[in-house]
Amino acid sequence: MPEVVVSIGPQHPALKEPVNFKIVADGEKIVRLELDLSYNHRGIEKAAEQRNFIRVLPLLERVCGICSHSHATVFSKGIEEIMGLEIPPRAQYIRTIIAELERMHSHLLWLGVAAHVIGFNTLFMWTWRDREAVQDTLEEMSGNRVHYGMNEIGGVRRDLTPAQVEAALERLPALEERIKKYVEMVNSEETMLIRFRDVGKMSREEALKYGAVGPTARASGVDYDVRRDDPYLAYAEVPWNVITDTHGDVYGRTRVRVGELWESTQIVRYCLENLPAGPIRVDAPKNAPKGEILSRYEAPRGELAHFIRTNGTDKVERVDIRTPTLANWTSVAVCLVNQNIADIPVIVAAIDPCLSCTSRMTVVNRVDKEGR
Amino acid sequence: MGVPDTGMSQRLVNWARAKSPWITVYNSGACNACDIEIIACLMPRFDVERFGILVKGSPRHADILIVTGHVTLKQASRLRRVWEQMPEPKYVIAMGACGASGGVFHGLYHMVESVDCVVPVDVYVAGCPPRPDEIINAVVTCLNLLEEDAAHGGKEWRQKKPATGVDAEGKSCTVVS
Repeated sequence: MPEVVVSIGPQHPALKEPVNFKIVADGEKIVRLELDLSYNHRGIEKAAEQRNFIRVLPLLERVCGICSHSHATVFSKGIEEIMGLEIPPRAQYIRTIIAELERMHSHLLWLGVAAHVIGFNTLFMWTWRDREAVQDTLEEMSGNRVHYGMNEIGGVRRDLTPAQVEAALERLPALEERIKKYVEMVNSEETMLIRFRDVGKMSREEALKYGAVGPTARASGVDYDVRRDDPYLAYAEVPWNVITDTHGDVYGRTRVRVGELWESTQIVRYCLENLPAGPIRVDAPKNAPKGEILSRYEAPRGELAHFIRTNGTDKVERVDIRTPTLANWTSVAVCLVNQNIADIPVIVAAIDPCLSCTSRMTVVNRVDKEGR
Repeated sequence: MGVPDTGMSQRLVNWARAKSPWITVYNSGACNACDIEIIACLMPRFDVERFGILVKGSPRHADILIVTGHVTLKQASRLRRVWEQMPEPKYVIAMGACGASGGVFHGLYHMVESVDCVVPVDVYVAGCPPRPDEIINAVVTCLNLLEEDAAHGGKEWRQKKPATGVDAEGKSCTVVS
């Protein structure tokens, strides 16, 4: 049978974000995947070189609307290390609380979207309803539902009042109960088992070979989490577990994410209950000394890295953003081979793709029409 | 248009359109924040379906186009084509600070100045990102405009000149007031 190219996107009912897939299929089976990720390219890295450290943080938060705290934290973490600043423990704890709340809202969002693509809209509605409790907590703490603006070089911008801590702790038991229910559902709900099991399988070797990160890698048995292996913020002091799974399919990725949801509630609870007293920021100098750093962070989707080079001024000379989705696309291209066309949405959704983070520029050579 | 069509069938269509507007969302280069807030609108807490508002994938079925975010150069022609596919009468909502002026991305090398350079915008929503209640308010504002336009027999009474779209370099930008 001849191969057929199915082109999807950038505007398509099944896509939430602009991306172009060219799927080469032989009958019902997928032969190979070609991607065009360049639709959202904005030029943030270039813009970051032209703004000082105060102005660059709001810009970097808007790399992505789902993991906005991750980008701001990883950047300020790197700059603080170059400047040699010691961040007060209270600021570290507040950053950890926001980071884990963000992971909770991101994973609940993902669980809903994954349920939606298999046609299980009841769960979609449930998780998004429960997500509102997390959003309310975030809004109380930071003043905004999505872009929190909590970070600055040298600490955090807003303190948590005892009333906010109490309100957050009050919301946690209901959330924990719901998450327990989701853990149960993932393992017993027939709709999800049928659509998730043995779909998009990836072995441990493949995950390592193609450089998968985050829940995608942990679902294939790669026991790696930046929060444990290269501790930052308050993670070294908080008791928590890295969730891994050996299934390697979409089912395994769902189990990892739901397990992480539970761990996140426990980290948030611990941090809220053991919030140290003291200042929330230290004064940062205006200019950073000359230096280079690779700052790493476990974003909800996996390992996020910012390479930062400073040159003694109040601006960065270069910031390079390596997002988890970019690392995971290769694994998608591998997972899709020999799968059914109908499983494309599930497999693509299983890495929790975030195109706005990932968009790269495509340079087209006009003479021989080759993109790179 | 010019003279309002006051026939029975037209009045029925206008009534039905205002009671159940269909929406399509186009991500023209946003950071996802606006998109997830739109999806949050559909969820049990805000529940826009009680106003008859449905989100549809195809622009050919939609009355209202919500453009999230600023427009990247690559997306400008695609956005224009999506808008051209929508049947009349069509309305455009530009979401957030980026939709109005570019927000934090204003002036970057791969950006069109604002959404109204590419397609004519009827309603702007403030915020980064706007809260779901503000999005619902924007759609309701759009519905009021729809009724007023039906009474005037078209959109021309409040528009000065239409947006021309941009060329490949993003240069020929005519801003609609």
